[in-house]
Parts: sequence; C-alpha cells; structure tokens
Amino acid sequence: MFETTSINKKNITQQKLVRIGLGTMTGILILPVALILGTLIYKGAPMISFEFLFTGPTKGMTAGGIFPALLGTVLLVLVALLASVPLGVAAAIYLSEYAPDNWFTRSINLAIINLAGVPSIVHALFGVGAFVIFFGFGTSILAASLTLAIMTLPVVIVATRESLQAVPMSFREACWNMGATRWQTIRRVVLPNAVTGILTGVILEVSRTAGETAPIMFTGAAFFLPLLPQGVLDQTMALSLHLFVVSTQVPNMPEQLPFGVALVLISMVLLMNSLSIALRMYLRGKKKW
Amino acid sequence: MVKLGVKDLAISYGNETILEGVNFDIQEHEIFGIIGPANAGKTSFLKAVNRMDLFNTDMQVDGDITFNGVNVQKVRNVYGLRRRIGVVFPLPVGLPLSIYDNVALAPRLAGQKDRAELDVIVERCLTRAALWDEVKDRLNSLGSMLSGGQQQRLTIARALSQDPELLMLDEFSIAVDPVTTMRIEDVLKELRDELTIILVTNLVQQARRLADRTAFFLGGRCVEVGVTEDLFTGEVKDTRTRDYVDGRFG
Repeated sequence: MFETTSINKKNITQQKLVRIGLGTMTGILILPVALILGTLIYKGAPMISFEFLFTGPTKGMTAGGIFPALLGTVLLVLVALLASVPLGVAAAIYLSEYAPDNWFTRSINLAIINLAGVPSIVHALFGVGAFVIFFGFGTSILAASLTLAIMTLPVVIVATRESLQAVPMSFREACWNMGATRWQTIRRVVLPNAVTGILTGVILEVSRTAGETAPIMFTGAAFFLPLLPQGVLDQTMALSLHLFVVSTQVPNMPEQLPFGVALVLISMVLLMNSLSIALRMYLRGKKKW
Repeated sequence: MVKLGVKDLAISYGNETILEGVNFDIQEHEIFGIIGPANAGKTSFLKAVNRMDLFNTDMQVDGDITFNGVNVQKVRNVYGLRRRIGVVFPLPVGLPLSIYDNVALAPRLAGQKDRAELDVIVERCLTRAALWDEVKDRLNSLGSMLSGGQQQRLTIARALSQDPELLMLDEFSIAVDPVTTMRIEDVLKELRDELTIILVTNLVQQARRLADRTAFFLGGRCVEVGVTEDLFTGEVKDTRTRDYVDGRFG
C-alpha cells in the first residue's frame, strides 16, 4: 500500500536538494553579518569604557571619547522623530481611512514609495536648499533632523498604513453600523489595534536615522566641535560622521578607535532593532483576534 | 404603523444592477423575513437601509426607503439613523475589546459616560441576548476570545445596546450551533414586542418559525412578499417561490 514508486523517489530527492540549496543561501546571507559583527567586537570591544562613552575627543581626535557624537546622534534622532512621527502617522491615517481610492490617492502612494528610493545624498542637497538656506535654519541640528525626517517619512507612513490595513474591515463596519463616525471608529477600534505595527515602524525609523551620514553632512553635523550644542540651532557632532572622520580624515589615528566608534553605532542600531522585535513578540502574544 | 417603507428600490454597483423593483412595507413590531439564494441582493438591501452606501462609492441606491416616514437617503444625521438600527452580521464580530466594552461601546459613542448607567445597559443587553449567565464573572476578558456562538450573542447584545427601533439580522445562525440558534430565536420572539426585526436567512424553516411575513428575493428581484405561512402552504404568485421553500432549487 505504501510502496515507494520511482515518482515518489524523484520527489523526495528533489525536496532534499531544494532544502539544502535554500539552506546554503541562507548561510551565505548570514556570513557577512557575522563577519562584520565579529571584527567589530574583536577589534572595537577593548576601546569601550565609561570614559570612551562619556568624554569628548582629545589630541586632535586621536584619543579621548565620543560623547559629543553620541549625544549628537541621540539629539538628531529625537528631533527627527518629533517631526516625522506626527506627520507620517497623520498622513497614513488619512491615506488609509479617509482618502477615496482613486488615481490621485494611488499616485500619492506611489510618490511615497518613490520617496523611499531617493538616494540619501539627494535628500542632503534638498535639505541644504530647503532648511539651511530657504528657511534660514543654517547648518544646525534642526536642519539636519528635518532632512532626516523627510528621508525616513516613507518608513513611518508605510508601516503605519500597513498596520492600519491589517485591522479587519469587519471591525470598522461593525462600528459604523452602530452610528460611529469615521474618527470615533479610528480612535476606539482601529488605532488601538494598529499601535504595535506603528511602533515597530517608528523603531525601524530610529535605527535607520541613527546610521545615516550623507543627509546630515551638509545640513548640521560638524567635523569637530569643542563644545556641546546648546540648542537646536547649533551644529552638532554625530556618530556616523565621526566614524567617517576618524577612519579617513585624521592622520596618526590609533587603529582601534574607529572600530570602537563603529561598535557603538552598530550596537545602538541593533539595540533598537531588538527592542522592536521584542515589542512585536510581546504584543503578538497579546493579539486580540 | 409602517416602520420601514420600500418603494421602487434599485441597487447597483457600477454598471451592474443587483437588486431592483423592490416594494414592500414592514410594520412596526413585525418580524419580516427575507429569504433567497446567494447573490439575490439581500445583504445589499440591508446596507441600503443603514446607509452603508456612503462607505462604498460604487454603490448606487435609487428609489425610496423610508424609516419612520423619513427618506433615509435624505437624512442628514446618518449617525443618528444608524444608531436606531441594530445590525448583526453573518459572521460574529467580537471587537477586540473586553466583553463589557463591546456592549458599552454604542452607548459610549452616543455620549453615555455614567458607569452605573452603563452597568445597567450591559447587564440588560447581555441578559436579553442569552449570554449574561455565561459571561457575568468575566466581563473584563476579551470579547474576541469567546466561542463563535457566544460571540454572535455578544454581537446581538451590542446591537441591542444601541436601543434600536429596528434590528436587522443577516444570516445570524451561519456560524452558530443549533442549540444556540434556538436560544437566539427565542430571544427574537420576545423582542418582537419591543422592536421591529428584519431577518435575512438562508434557512427557509427559520423564516417559517419566526417571520410574520416573508419576502423572497431571487436574482436581484423581489419575487414574492406575503404572510410567511402562505409561502409554504397557501397561494403563491410565482411558482419559483414554492420550489425554493420546498428545497427544489437554491
């Protein structure tokens, strides 16, 4: 009854080969990540100390710590979030819940996706033109953050829109049938169930924002500053630019220092990503339908 | 008194007409059955009553539907209209809120904030939907985690919490076991004294058990409207009605 025919055999062999093939591809994928992380930890970890994290650079940046750059990156990300999250979430709610499905809405959606594909150096030049010069913010945290915000807006919008659309239509209809307005429905039923996806999007945006270099290079990040920024209209140092500077622009740099900077930067990003994964797992466990 | 008047109703999506030539009056305190095979336009009819066409730009409603003598197409405050009409869908929709919040949602949307008042409404509606005894000790657990039959009774409780004048049930027993179906049917019989009910159903015997009068929809037409028992045993205008209720097609 269960004899193996030649067709069975062929299928089973095929299945084994496909499995091995796909597994190998996955292995190749992991390799660069493992190598990068391994090298960074091996060479950079000895640099990491309280002093490295919490003091400024000394001796023409060849010694001392990275505190101004670390603080700068945190500031840049925070201000960028303040600008992009309200704007992005609001736009996504409109596009998903209010906008009629016509060619105009579709072209807006297309434009948003295309915005994500614009090279970061183009965003940088736009930032110079718009925020530094036209709005007169000068090279400042504000100008750099707004440039970052514009660049990462698509991430927030797409993540928010997708999590809104993951809320079943039947929930909305049940609510509308009760005489709820669109906004009542969004506030009481749709948003509470979409908030996890929105948060994930925001966290991904943070990790992306923290690593970007080009958009802040001309708009607000400085090569070296002796003082910490006093406000959003000051320039600041930033980890990503600092890494570029210490790896390529300064002579007599101790070999380990750039690895230390890179390790801090990538740890920040990985920390944000794992936070996002943990949050998602926690909230998925609480999924309500 | 006529609760819901339907005159020359036609509904189309884009170029496709899916229901036309519908004329009948539904009396107050009546259970009005609508039977018919799939794609007969039954659900679209309910959507037109509740002005759900506003959420679907393709949906075009012509003719008149009057609720309490007022043309629903001309009602400015559609939210007020929908609050007077409770709807129960084929598949239960337990909103991902607590059982309590599911039932308290409609009163809250209407501005009721007083906790004591809400407590009373929640208990009354869950009791009327024959669910209170099963959930009274866990009102704070999630409504969407109840079993299918319980969720459907929760949906009915939610519809009742609107204090509706008209209750529209769209094939409510599709996802419900026979015992629960019977319990809900008993509830509907009691509710007849307080409100008007439109019962869309695939089960002709359910219409026979509950409905005072029944309309037979077929292929986008209202073929027959009459006293329910007449559809089964009396005179029918169209032989297809008898064929359908006898199970010869559909």
